[in-house]
Amino acid sequence: MAGKKKLVLDPSWCKGCGICVAFCPKQALELAEEKVRLKPDGQCVLCGQCELRCPDYAIWLEDLEE
Amino acid sequence: MPSDLIHKFMRIDHLPHIWCAGCGNGIIMRDVAVALQELIDDPDCRVSREKTVIVSGIGCSSRAAGYMDFNSIHTTHGRAIAFATGIKFARPDLEVIVLTGDGDCSAIGGNHLIHAARRNIGLTVIAFNNDIYGMTGGQYSPTTPTGDVATTAPYGNIDRPFDIAQLAAGAGASFTARGSAYHARETIELIKQGILHRGFSLVDVYSACPTYYGRKNHKGGAVEMLTWQRDNMVPASRYYAMSEEKRRDKILVGILTHNDFPEYTQQYAQLLERAREGK
Ligand SMILES: Cc1ncc(C[n+]2csc(CCOP(=O)(O)OP(=O)(O)O)c2C)c(N)n1
Ligand code: SF4
Ligand code: SF4
Ligand code: SF4
Ligand SMILES: [Mg+2]
Repeated sequence: MAGKKKLVLDPSWCKGCGICVAFCPKQALELAEEKVRLKPDGQCVLCGQCELRCPDYAIWLEDLEE
Repeated sequence: MPSDLIHKFMRIDHLPHIWCAGCGNGIIMRDVAVALQELIDDPDCRVSREKTVIVSGIGCSSRAAGYMDFNSIHTTHGRAIAFATGIKFARPDLEVIVLTGDGDCSAIGGNHLIHAARRNIGLTVIAFNNDIYGMTGGQYSPTTPTGDVATTAPYGNIDRPFDIAQLAAGAGASFTARGSAYHARETIELIKQGILHRGFSLVDVYSACPTYYGRKNHKGGAVEMLTWQRDNMVPASRYYAMSEEKRRDKILVGILTHNDFPEYTQQYAQLLERAREGK
């Protein structure tokens, strides 16, 4: 079994293309001043769609430290 | 610090890359990295990092060879497949992967493409197909659809486009497939199968150039272009479940041809053997 994951964002690598925002199945993401962020009430389900399509590797899932 | 994947397989001191916001190339380059990671991590698979070579030509897409942390060579425009042929011929034990653009592999390099396909030499060619010459500012390419505008076709392109996957298949490639920037998971699988296939493999991946193609053709920015791929391109499992009529205006994401033709460097090794034995 894969361990628990967490969502990680690096706005300094984000170019504000909006791809992750548009295709997040939970509409959990938004852009603020052309940088990605999790909405204050965003319900991320750790599906990994954003990581799969971010052209700039600015958003990804990481294993939670045990 | 980016994800483990990017850290491990890309030259992160060269990132973020120079591609425009929303350029499909970044997605496809990641697909290649994931495909390689999954093959390298599989103990039953012959693919290793040390024996993988990444070859590219010139274009926005061809910059990928510089970003990927493998044995790599960034060659001249149109000649990636020619260099790759030389590498494979000298060292048939290497996995030789060509990252190329629609212009690089089907305009100036079209001749190398068809002859490598005809010979069925064991290369894996990943075409980052954005329907335009991105790097030089938006001239039409052999895949620009009829009627679309480009800097060299301001009143609309009168050429009929190539379908790169069908072109390679027609020239004799034993593995041809089509992916897209939107269909990343499916494309990763197709790239893996292309690498594992022993003969010539070509994966035509629809990219997106919002800067010089999408916006100029009223096809929108990156989100609109990927939405188009989602709505008009259909993965094989669903595609073949559709009626023929419904399929007609959809584009398959999946394998087009998969044959077991003899591979060129193996044929050559056998020829040497025969010649040595004086037969
Ligand atoms: C011999 C030669 N001819 C022309 C050029 C100019 N040139 C550089 S990239 C390019 C086209 C690139 O198109 P494509 O392969 O589709 O790559 P993209 O930039 O769209 O990813 C051209 C014509 C060149 N560098 N060398
Ligand atoms: S992991 Fe899935 S749910 Fe979470 S932000 Fe990314 S796309 Fe949205
Ligand atoms: S897909 Fe990547 S670059 Fe684009 S907005 Fe999201 S995090 Fe930023
Ligand atoms: S010009 Fe087009 S292909 Fe080149 S980096 Fe920009 S979006 Fe990508
Ligand atoms: Mg191109």
